Amino acid sequence: MAFSSSISLHDTQCIQKGCDKMKALGLILAGGKSDALGKLVYKRASAALPVFGKYRAIDFILSNMVNSGIYKVGVLTQYNPRSLMDHLGSGKEWDLDRKNGGLYILQPYLGMTGEYWYRGTADAIFQNTTILRRGDEDYVLIGSGDHIYKMLYNDLFSFHFAKGADVTLLVKELDETYDITQYGTVVTTEDGRITEMYEKVENPLTRKAFLGIYFMNKFLLLDLLYDSVPSGKYDLLLDVIIPNLSKLRVYAYEFDGYWRNIKKGIDEYYKTNMEVLNSKQIREELFLKYGRVYTKLKDYPPAKFTGTAKVSNSMISDGCIVSGVVKNSVLFRGVVVKAGARVENSIIMQDSVIEEGALVRNAIVDKNCVIRAEQMLVGDFEPVVLEKWMVI
Amino acid sequence: MQNVLGLILAGGQGTRLGILTEKIPKPAVQFGGKYRLIDFTLSNCVNSGIYRIGVLTQYRPHLLNKHIGIGKPWDLDRKGGGVTILQPYSTLAGSVWYKGTADAVYQNIEFVDEYEPNYIVVLSGDHIYSMDYSEFLYYHISKGAVATIACMEVPLNEANRFGIMVTDLDNRIMEFQEKPEEPKSDLASLGIYVFTWDFIKEALIEDAKDESSEHDFGKNVIPKILTTKRVYAFPFEGYWRDVGTIQSYWETNLELTRPIPPFNLYDPNWRFYTRSEEMQPAYISNERTVRNSIVSEGCEIYGHIDNSVISQGVTVGEGSIIKNSVIMTKVVIGNDVVIEDAIIAENSIVKDRCKIGVGHFAESKYDRKVYDSHITVIGMDSIIEEDCQLGKNVVVGNDKTILKGTQIESGGFCI
Repeated sequence: MAFSSSISLHDTQCIQKGCDKMKALGLILAGGKSDALGKLVYKRASAALPVFGKYRAIDFILSNMVNSGIYKVGVLTQYNPRSLMDHLGSGKEWDLDRKNGGLYILQPYLGMTGEYWYRGTADAIFQNTTILRRGDEDYVLIGSGDHIYKMLYNDLFSFHFAKGADVTLLVKELDETYDITQYGTVVTTEDGRITEMYEKVENPLTRKAFLGIYFMNKFLLLDLLYDSVPSGKYDLLLDVIIPNLSKLRVYAYEFDGYWRNIKKGIDEYYKTNMEVLNSKQIREELFLKYGRVYTKLKDYPPAKFTGTAKVSNSMISDGCIVSGVVKNSVLFRGVVVKAGARVENSIIMQDSVIEEGALVRNAIVDKNCVIRAEQMLVGDFEPVVLEKWMVI
Repeated sequence: MQNVLGLILAGGQGTRLGILTEKIPKPAVQFGGKYRLIDFTLSNCVNSGIYRIGVLTQYRPHLLNKHIGIGKPWDLDRKGGGVTILQPYSTLAGSVWYKGTADAVYQNIEFVDEYEPNYIVVLSGDHIYSMDYSEFLYYHISKGAVATIACMEVPLNEANRFGIMVTDLDNRIMEFQEKPEEPKSDLASLGIYVFTWDFIKEALIEDAKDESSEHDFGKNVIPKILTTKRVYAFPFEGYWRDVGTIQSYWETNLELTRPIPPFNLYDPNWRFYTRSEEMQPAYISNERTVRNSIVSEGCEIYGHIDNSVISQGVTVGEGSIIKNSVIMTKVVIGNDVVIEDAIIAENSIVKDRCKIGVGHFAESKYDRKVYDSHITVIGMDSIIEEDCQLGKNVVVGNDKTILKGTQIESGGFCI
């Protein structure tokens, strides 16, 4: 194997210029199926999961990339992509409708040599090497479409060059609120070089979890892919990065902001929404720091509260009409809560209607549902989930 | 609507809106929590299928130009057509401003001719209404008219504020009175016209030669052509408002907060589009309640809101009470503030423990004509420091700072 691990002239220039001129290609992995999310992902990819009243999960990484100056982004899709495609459109909401670069949708395709779905993350990228070869970007930033966090990647880039790293991974010291056995963990030297990595083990050595962001030279990535995928190794982390930890200088860049992976389950998804509701600090970090979060505009008018409305500790989006009681809840765009209805500790998605006297508690109500007058939808320990277009 | 061109007159200052239009033209004034006045006309155009639009600007156009841009929010970023901003320009013969509504169109004859339209729709950029112009046009064509004016019945005692039309049974206009002392009818012109282009072009050229003319459609062009040509009135029965005064601006905003508002922003088949900043959903804390109000995205509300319109990105601190007020974009309101009967323009800051709109009405010491109601108005980018007390009908100009602890009695001002 020939790895180009020495620092190129371009790298040196990058370090000197503070990476202003650095060009990176963004790749977002958004094709995964997530069984843990149950009904919420029957008809959508987890990256298209609606969060916080008006966004979809993928908005965060897309906005992070654009806010960091990455204007060429490929989105790799596979599982149930309709709503994701609908959401992304031409990419204009993220200023990605561009002549140079912009948004690329990379779907599995039928080829002369056979028909394959993406068999893993490395394979997905390998099947789309054209986007890597074309264009003048020297680097590639690979991330996941269903992680919720806000960050400008520029410091990570500087770190990468300063350390002379081949690959930089984003990691975070996870506190007790995360189930560490569900994450990949890393062991690093004092300098930050990763020596060992474990994927979802019972008793990990550290609580430093890998956040699914890879940054590396594009040609190094190509080399690595050609070396693994043809021999049946399809996973970028397990088959490509971990076996090469001793040969490559893989560094960990520590992220200390708010971070959640909503793909972990309905509970995690629910908890994340509630956390944002309950903490002004998290709201400021997610929505105002490091640039805004962009999403598909729907042109709803502002929310309206009538004389009988009683709203507390809730997020209310444009287009809502609230006449009932709303407590500790997230209302998406166009939700109607009629007089006498109660919504508590719930997430109500776009255009759903809660009619007179209905009670919704500890529930996740998907889009376009109707809870008829005097009906009840109450979850106990786990939030109850109501699928799209349901009427009860 | 391939053969129609829309021209939106957006150059007016709107002098009776006082400081609200000191820095921006009337069509750029915010309305209804996230819109600017011109959004309604622009959205009506695209909803009616008119995708070729000229916007005529003159007074302080910068914010308006930025707002419209290439017309992306209205799907007007198109090949062949779209929206064009038409500003006054200088020529070899000298430079002139738009002298009147008719002159503004006259000076842009070349622009219109390029599209070779059969009809033009001349609209005003500062009215609030929803109208399907294709019905209006169909009416114009079916009547075989050269000009058609949209009109509405108004109370007879208010008729002297409008252009009044006297029509026959077929709605053909027999007589036109501009702001008459003794109105002969209650049918008022809304300043919305359809013209057959070939005809009105000649009429405009003729009007431009007439030195005694004020070059206004209502005053000069219409009265002249209706004696010889078929000019019709199109009766409009929907909601229509010209928010010409501070009082009517305030009232029209607050009308939106009623349980069933007279003007429907929520019609999914007739959306109003605007260029607005991307903001997160509004957060409403458990401090107090929000009632009978409109609250836009990006707001963080910790206080009590009653019967008010709160625009995008507004912060209201703990213990604050806002009543019967219009709060525009990105205004920051501190803790324990009381605001009543007020209009607070974009980006202003009201710090802790201020009281705005207290006491009783008093005549304005600044300008009785413009500030003739109990409403207190605070201009853009102003700062009201802690513990200030402002009475009713007070005016604070744009970019002003009111020092800590200042008291301004009702009718007072800081310009």
